[in-house]
Amino acid sequence: MKLFLKGLVAAGLSLCASLSAAETIVVASTTSTDQSGLFAHLLPAFEKASGVKVKVVALGSGQALDVGRRGDADAVFVHDQIAEEKFVADGFGVARVPVMYNDFVLIGPATDPARAAGRDIVAGLAAVYSAKADFVSRGDKSGTHAAELRLWKQAGLDPASEKAKWYRDTGSGMGPALNTAAAMNAYVLSDRATWLAFKNRQNLKIIVEGDSKLFNQYGVMLVNPKKHAHIKAQPAQRFIDWLVSGEGQAVIASFRINGEQLFFPNARK
Amino acid sequence: MSLLVDSAAEAIRMVASADGKLLEIAVLSLRVSATATLIAAIIALPIAAWVAQTRSALKTPVVVVLNACMGLPPVIVGLVVYLLLSRSGPLGALGWLFTPSGMIFAQTVLITPIIAALARQTLEDAQIEYRDLFASLGLSRWQSLVTLLVETRFSLLVVLLAGFGRAIAEVGAVMMVGGNIAGETRVMTTAIALETSKGELALALALGMVLLAIVLVVNGFAHWGKMWIGRRYG
Amino acid sequence: MVDASHTCVALNGVSAVAGGTTILRDVTLVIAPGECVAVLGANGAGKSSLLRLMNGLLATNSGSAHTPSSRDQALIFQRPVLLKRSVLDNVSFALKTRGVAADDAAEIAREKLAACGLATFADRYARTLSGGEQQKLALARAWALQPKLLLADEPTANLAPAAVHSVETILHRMHVAGATIVLATHNRGQAKRLATRVIFMADSTIVEDRPANDFFASPQSAEAIEYLAVERA
Repeated sequence: MKLFLKGLVAAGLSLCASLSAAETIVVASTTSTDQSGLFAHLLPAFEKASGVKVKVVALGSGQALDVGRRGDADAVFVHDQIAEEKFVADGFGVARVPVMYNDFVLIGPATDPARAAGRDIVAGLAAVYSAKADFVSRGDKSGTHAAELRLWKQAGLDPASEKAKWYRDTGSGMGPALNTAAAMNAYVLSDRATWLAFKNRQNLKIIVEGDSKLFNQYGVMLVNPKKHAHIKAQPAQRFIDWLVSGEGQAVIASFRINGEQLFFPNARK
Repeated sequence: MSLLVDSAAEAIRMVASADGKLLEIAVLSLRVSATATLIAAIIALPIAAWVAQTRSALKTPVVVVLNACMGLPPVIVGLVVYLLLSRSGPLGALGWLFTPSGMIFAQTVLITPIIAALARQTLEDAQIEYRDLFASLGLSRWQSLVTLLVETRFSLLVVLLAGFGRAIAEVGAVMMVGGNIAGETRVMTTAIALETSKGELALALALGMVLLAIVLVVNGFAHWGKMWIGRRYG
Repeated sequence: MVDASHTCVALNGVSAVAGGTTILRDVTLVIAPGECVAVLGANGAGKSSLLRLMNGLLATNSGSAHTPSSRDQALIFQRPVLLKRSVLDNVSFALKTRGVAADDAAEIAREKLAACGLATFADRYARTLSGGEQQKLALARAWALQPKLLLADEPTANLAPAAVHSVETILHRMHVAGATIVLATHNRGQAKRLATRVIFMADSTIVEDRPANDFFASPQSAEAIEYLAVERA
């Protein structure tokens, strides 16, 4: 008992001693950028160039913007243009800076029972709809979820409101949604980066890709220091500036999985 | 089946190669949960001792609330602690959100009722056995309480292990409050959740096995310590 | 009124109620210092209640009770309650709670353990002792506190004959050393060997209170006659 307590006390003390004071910023971002490995590729280069340490909290875009709104992150790096513009318009973000893009892909069973394959996402979704094929929705206010809802709207369909049985609102992150789709052999909209990094594919493959409607823009915003005085505006701005700099853009372009480029820089500076 | 075999092999490989990242995550898990257990014990044991011996009218409501709080959902604890620690929340100035301190805070909230409720029951049961002895020895209330805590030390150790086990195994609260930041707040359970969502099921399962092994080792040490104390008098 | 300097225990018309039931009824009793009194009676007659009342574990509802302060008493249970510590620590613990310094406590404890035949068990874990050894340890612990009044509630009820004998020897030595002893027992031989006076209880009160030899030779109450007859059979 005494030994055990001593161990606990030692553990407590070691905790107090940790976390020294190198400049650190918190960036709220999305699972697609984090889980694909982009940040692991990007951050060492930035930290080397700036001496600023970046802590990434990976959430859905909606949650990440919420975290920024509460002042719990110094910068927000997400992919939901409409929500981002509202974030800035409401005064929570200083300015929205486009950084890069990739694209969404419609994933589905290799046998494609709904005959949705092709280059037209609207036609593909319509085929899923009329076949009543199982479809997994993120349902979590993420950027991908927002994009999915937008695409259904463009197809003139609304399975979410109809509460169609084949439309599964899972309220989960990209990875869990892909796991669910793999287990159910269902269709699911994913960002390409998460799909490429995803290992538990079972019988799923890409069904629709290459439609310009599937374009997926990422933007970064400094959280407004006027709203939250503790925001580390200077180092966070440095991170944003670096992302859109020639060096940052080159590092983004050099990130590949199995030789395939995942994100395409388009800061247009 | 082959997934289990692959995972077991992967778990052994990770442990054998003493993977630096794995070690860091495992140490953080232990550190956070052990600290939370210590703090929870410091808060919970006096509560348990008070409830065990009080005749106050508050006793029954407190017991019911403590017992009910053993079932606190970690996600709710995580959400509440997140809102408390958020910069826009009442404790935002601490700057604990997305840090190990915040995770310790959340786990402490989660397991304090568990330790208090189980310790209360342990102490009350023991009290039935010792009450007459203590009274006949003329012990003061304070002496009785301290003696009772010492006498139930082995049972209380198991209570602490139950709290520790709950803390190190939970994912909902540390995910929300810690943010699963690589190298900062990533612990075994959030790493498992992350690998699962990446579809790396074998790796996730292997991490689960490592977590189980860590919990086993901690319990083994506790049991060994108990035996060691026992042998001194054997 | 009783003269306190020449009495150890004085109960006058004492009654006690627990959970709505009368467990002691109109008990009047005076015990002088240095006596050894055996309390006999069937199960449920009130023997344990009488001892518990003397020890202060039980409150009186009516009547008056003068007993030594709880610090001048010790109570031995039928099933000894030992702490989860070494044999030595069980004894020195009791001393330390009374403010005896650790070194002195250990010394007194060793002395009493030796007196109770437990010298070689000092470092053993108390709960691994046999039943007889456990009761001897409880006696050593009680003895170390130098009680004026020792209350023993069927201390040998669960013990083998050899252990009964050594417990009786310790009780006898404590008596010789000056303790007043009140011993609840079912063992008639034990009462004869140790006590000079018998209190016979039935139905929560004292029915007979006589010298031991007289009681066993010619019990007077119907309850005592029946009790002794049943026990003999």
